[in-house]
Amino acid sequence: MTGALALAAEVRSGARSARQVVEEALATVARGNEELNAFLTVLSDEARAQADAVDAVVAAGRDPGPLAGVPVALKDNLCTRGAPTTCGSKILEGWRPPYDATVVQSLRAAGAIALGKTNMDEFAMGSSTENSAFGPTRNPRHTGKVPGGSSGGSAAAVAAGFAPLGLGSDTGGSIRQPAALCGVVGMKPTYGRVSRYGLVAFASSLDQIGPFAANVEDAALLYDVLAGHDPLDSTSLPSVPEPTMASLHDGVEGVRIGLCRDLIDGCASDVAARVHEAAEALAGAGAKVEEISVPEFAYGLSAYYLIAPAEASSNLARYDGVRYGLRVDGDDAEAMNTATRTAGFGAEVKRRVMLGTYALSAGYYDAYYAQAQRVRTLVMRAFDRAYESVDVLLGATAPTTAFDLGAKVDDPMAMYMNDVCTIPSNLSGHPAVSVPFGAGNDGLPVGVQVLAPALGEAIMFRVAQVVESGAPHGTGS
Amino acid sequence: MSTDWEMVIGLEVHCELQTATKLFCGCRNAFGDEPNVNICPVCLGLPGSLPVLNEQAVEFAMRIGAALHCEIRPSEFARKNYFYPDQAKDYQISQYDLPLNTGGWLELPDGFRVGVTRAHMEEDTGKLTHVGGSGRINAALHALVDYNRSGVPLVEIVSEPDIRTVGQARAYADELRGILVASGASDGRMEEGSMRVDANVSVRPAGTDAFGTRCEIKNLNSLRSLGRAIEYEAARQIAVLESGGVIEQQTRHWDESAGRTESMRSKEEANDYRYFPEPDLVPLAPDAAWQGRVGAALGPMPAERRAGLATALGGAPSDAETDQIRAVVDLGLDGLVTAAAEAGAPPALALARAANEVAAQGDAGLRLDAGSFTALLAMESGGRLSATQSKTVLGALIERGGGDPAAVATEMGFEALGADTLSAVLDDVIAAHPDEWARFVGGDDKLMGMFTGEVMKATKGKANGKEVAAELRRRRG
Repeated sequence: MTGALALAAEVRSGARSARQVVEEALATVARGNEELNAFLTVLSDEARAQADAVDAVVAAGRDPGPLAGVPVALKDNLCTRGAPTTCGSKILEGWRPPYDATVVQSLRAAGAIALGKTNMDEFAMGSSTENSAFGPTRNPRHTGKVPGGSSGGSAAAVAAGFAPLGLGSDTGGSIRQPAALCGVVGMKPTYGRVSRYGLVAFASSLDQIGPFAANVEDAALLYDVLAGHDPLDSTSLPSVPEPTMASLHDGVEGVRIGLCRDLIDGCASDVAARVHEAAEALAGAGAKVEEISVPEFAYGLSAYYLIAPAEASSNLARYDGVRYGLRVDGDDAEAMNTATRTAGFGAEVKRRVMLGTYALSAGYYDAYYAQAQRVRTLVMRAFDRAYESVDVLLGATAPTTAFDLGAKVDDPMAMYMNDVCTIPSNLSGHPAVSVPFGAGNDGLPVGVQVLAPALGEAIMFRVAQVVESGAPHGTGS
Repeated sequence: MSTDWEMVIGLEVHCELQTATKLFCGCRNAFGDEPNVNICPVCLGLPGSLPVLNEQAVEFAMRIGAALHCEIRPSEFARKNYFYPDQAKDYQISQYDLPLNTGGWLELPDGFRVGVTRAHMEEDTGKLTHVGGSGRINAALHALVDYNRSGVPLVEIVSEPDIRTVGQARAYADELRGILVASGASDGRMEEGSMRVDANVSVRPAGTDAFGTRCEIKNLNSLRSLGRAIEYEAARQIAVLESGGVIEQQTRHWDESAGRTESMRSKEEANDYRYFPEPDLVPLAPDAAWQGRVGAALGPMPAERRAGLATALGGAPSDAETDQIRAVVDLGLDGLVTAAAEAGAPPALALARAANEVAAQGDAGLRLDAGSFTALLAMESGGRLSATQSKTVLGALIERGGGDPAAVATEMGFEALGADTLSAVLDDVIAAHPDEWARFVGGDDKLMGMFTGEVMKATKGKANGKEVAAELRRRRG
């Protein structure tokens, strides 16, 4: 499949029509989606109309933008006007937002085509996409395996060649972990770099939208389109983002890489081996690699599983049956709320809402939520210390390759452990990217993670580009 | 022997700010529109929407803080979580442990100072209307929600429990209303709900220091309700205590028609609001320059304006004048009085006309221009119009939105007689009543009325009664 950059160039030059690109993509989806369940909704008519509009711009001699005619798979927690946005939950079934998320507008302005809405763990809570109310997504590399999660649908859509690009959201690793498990590139930007307006909130202080792509260059291309200030998001950073494409191929000569023991040691040996090989590839390209330890990362998971559920318990309160989505009647408002939420939410969402409610309750707040925030500060300071001596950190994305469907559904703790390497960057608000690097003993893809300090996207992508170039060919796909 | 009891009262006043738009979105902030017309994804709490703080609301809140002598501090928004159908997100964005304004005071007209604990910002909820059944909350068939009010900016002003009498409570609410209006932050209209008062009431044996258990009374829609409810509640608590009972901490609802308070919920039933910092907003820390601009732009408060008027009246106003001063300042008519006095009108006359005739015209009176008012007062004090005529012309001027009082008087046939005409009429009247004139000259003052009446009859009421009397006395010698 042609990459996004090349595809956009062809459409912009008139060599291929956007309509033709979209028809091919729709045909591919029609052939493969039933098995994978990557898309919950395919926006066929809208995509065709959008493609025709791009072609009209080309015909008029104007520039349709850097993503001209490129189909993009949107995670189903991104609001799309008039089109279903379910968050993988029954409670939002049938709801059609009256507005587009800012990123959806940015994509359209860049000439991209919203191809459809992808499956996800309900309200982004999960690491396998098995918590969707609309059935699991299967991993295109091995259909008996999970694609990871929560953005498993977008990761699978890109891995399966349904679309060259995808959008996900990453609260504790929900872009990077499925990218690793599906053998694609997935990146979480600095918190505040991409607008959250129109992203249905899971944990507001951790959520960030980011790109999926088949390669680092396409991911950088998409990131550059998404990044920027949005007055509709108060946590959006006011500074003008540095374009990452400009320096993408500048190499890593002299770049200081911290090979982070704490993001490797707990992982399966085959995964750890690939990370070390990636470090060697970087060293071979002129980077200065040193081993580094950030022991505070060990506390990240515990802090995350208090902060994220606490915020979620509040963010998900609005699904009460009053204004939109599912309503199950009851004798009074309270009974209706209870009946609606009981029927509309799945087990994992209920578990986290209860956890979060408890963590914020009078008498427990200091011991749980406040304590978790202190740990969060500790993790941020630990990052700061690490970045005094290195430019980026290198580690694994996920502790293992893709696991069997159903293997961890009854063991929440085992499922939560999938996020152990990705969570620190969410707590700190820093950017991180997962790049495919070879395969595990089972032949399934391994992701290597490059972590950078706040607003370090450019150097992060530069390093990721070199990791990708150094990756063994012909594996993991 | 029965104990003497003392009331301890603290007031919580919610006031709606008269900003053009809502606190976190661009929807119109207006009272009385059709239901659900001023709404958008943000104030409906739709999934994916995010709040953006209204700068004008912050400015108004700071004005209130400055007018109440508060310290304006770096502050933070928090989420107050509770389920209620009028609440779009099922949490309210409010300020909790870090309010914008703290530690001020309000001085009552008698000089008594009530401490102000805090004045913080928050959003209003929607408005529920229960329909069907008996219309009472528990028996209604449906509840309709109007979200026009959802997200309207509020400032909640919390007093210290410094108030000891119903009179002080009413004076506090009244004075605070005047301050809110004078600061331009709110229209202070209790009848439209833009100022809402809750009272915390407890009683204790006079002369003791410990606070009794308090009850919070809600639904006080007027100063009259406030006074009645506190009276009732204090009497209720005293009766309970004197019969050997204990007061249970409760929230109580004031039933205006029944004239009593009823329990809404006890402390045990109270919500655990699970406050935590609002992750969708950044901390609010107005810098010194902004605070300075707000302070400088703040006009004089009612107390200062009352003092200014009293000075203009010679410094020792009578009780009646004190009441008039309060009235014109409350209504914002003091500027009219001051302007007229500065232009040479007798201050007492200006005050009386403003407090009575102008005030009676409501909002139209506020539009009367000082020039017309001053010219009219000059005609009256110069004897060219009688008091009755002056009031009639004033009414016409207000109705017409201004104009030349001399022209209006002429139009109404009110032009007073010239001195020559009056003299000629008097000649005729005296000539026609020689016997009566002789008795009058001889000291029979009762005939003053007869002569005045004859002059009035001859002039069809155009003569100025005072001038006629003066001329009669002059001629008598």
